[in-house]
Amino acid sequence: MNNGDGKVPLAARGLTKAHGRTEALRGASVELGAGEILAVTGASGSGKSTLLHCLAGIVRPDAGEVTYAGERLDRLPERRLSELRRSDFGVVFQFGQLIPELTALDNVALPLMLAGTSRGEARARAGEWLERFGVRGQGELRPGEMSGGQAQRTALARALVTGPRIVFADEPTGALDSLATEQVMTSLTHTARETHTAVLLITHDAQVAAYADRDIRMTDGVVAAAGVTA
Amino acid sequence: MSTRHILLGLLAAGPSHGYDLKRRHDERFPQARPLAYGQVYTTLQRLVRDGLARIEGTESEGGPERTTYRATEDGSRELARWAREIAPPAPFVTNEIFAKVVVSILSGGDAGAYLRAQREAHMERMRELTAVKTAKGADLATVLSADYALNHLDADLRWMTTTAARLTTLTAEVDSA
Repeated sequence: MNNGDGKVPLAARGLTKAHGRTEALRGASVELGAGEILAVTGASGSGKSTLLHCLAGIVRPDAGEVTYAGERLDRLPERRLSELRRSDFGVVFQFGQLIPELTALDNVALPLMLAGTSRGEARARAGEWLERFGVRGQGELRPGEMSGGQAQRTALARALVTGPRIVFADEPTGALDSLATEQVMTSLTHTARETHTAVLLITHDAQVAAYADRDIRMTDGVVAAAGVTA
Repeated sequence: MSTRHILLGLLAAGPSHGYDLKRRHDERFPQARPLAYGQVYTTLQRLVRDGLARIEGTESEGGPERTTYRATEDGSRELARWAREIAPPAPFVTNEIFAKVVVSILSGGDAGAYLRAQREAHMERMRELTAVKTAKGADLATVLSADYALNHLDADLRWMTTTAARLTTLTAEVDSA
């Protein structure tokens, strides 16, 4: 499949994945358009997170294919895959992804420094991204000193600072109250739309899914409704 | 919703005329159906009849003559009573969605397909409301009313999800009744 037109940067067909005897994915198919914000909803155990892991190249599916910008992601060698994850993908989880010993500013600067940007330049750009997510004032705090919402907005800044084409967010507001959820989701979707970054958002919460452009629902390891051309 | 109490509430800020009350109502309750002028004037006349408001005077300021109303002491007491009164936690089991699911099962229709389509419509409305409340510069009244609608639609959705999961059992029960 050729994605030269950029319309469908990421597509998966017929994915299966078992964890031991449990079949987490049983033929899941999904397409994510360029700049599209897609919510994947479903009960716990429906296969949402496994789908995200396969799409982000974190785990390989047992069968089926994942195509990103014309390349078969499921067949890429590990080295190329980790390069791609660093350059093109950003990831946000429910919690725990920030490095506890580093300040918010250094957490956000880190991916840029790993990619070869100087510390000064990286910290300057990190500051701009913290500003964008409304947590510039918390730049010198460590994750343990921030509220859950501030930590998640810092994690979003870190996921977006390298200019990825796709952000994968797995229950990014799962541990937050409703107002912090609103701040995190508003920051994420406004920024993604401004920067034309696609987002694959895993959530069990319909009110969070409503921030997306479209939603699909998973049941028992397959995509059960709407939006998929399987 | 009690239009008379809403108008009394708007009059609590000071005397006002019908046109102004309608405008302020529509601003404060942006997601509600706009009040019709006729309804505003009828309600004001009833408030006066019941001693909850009185006519303050008329003003024209170069335009058409307008009657200004003011809440009475009784009106303020009635407003305070209403504001404290607990709304009945209604179970809403006569809801149209519930009725359609049961009727669909009774008539051998596809309740599951209906629920999926209804879910899509709910999600679409929730996306619209989310866009409204997160738009830059959205005022508090807009945000609060969108929150209210979103939480109720979300409750419907959760019920629909549970019902879809129960459909097999539910169908057997309705069929054997």
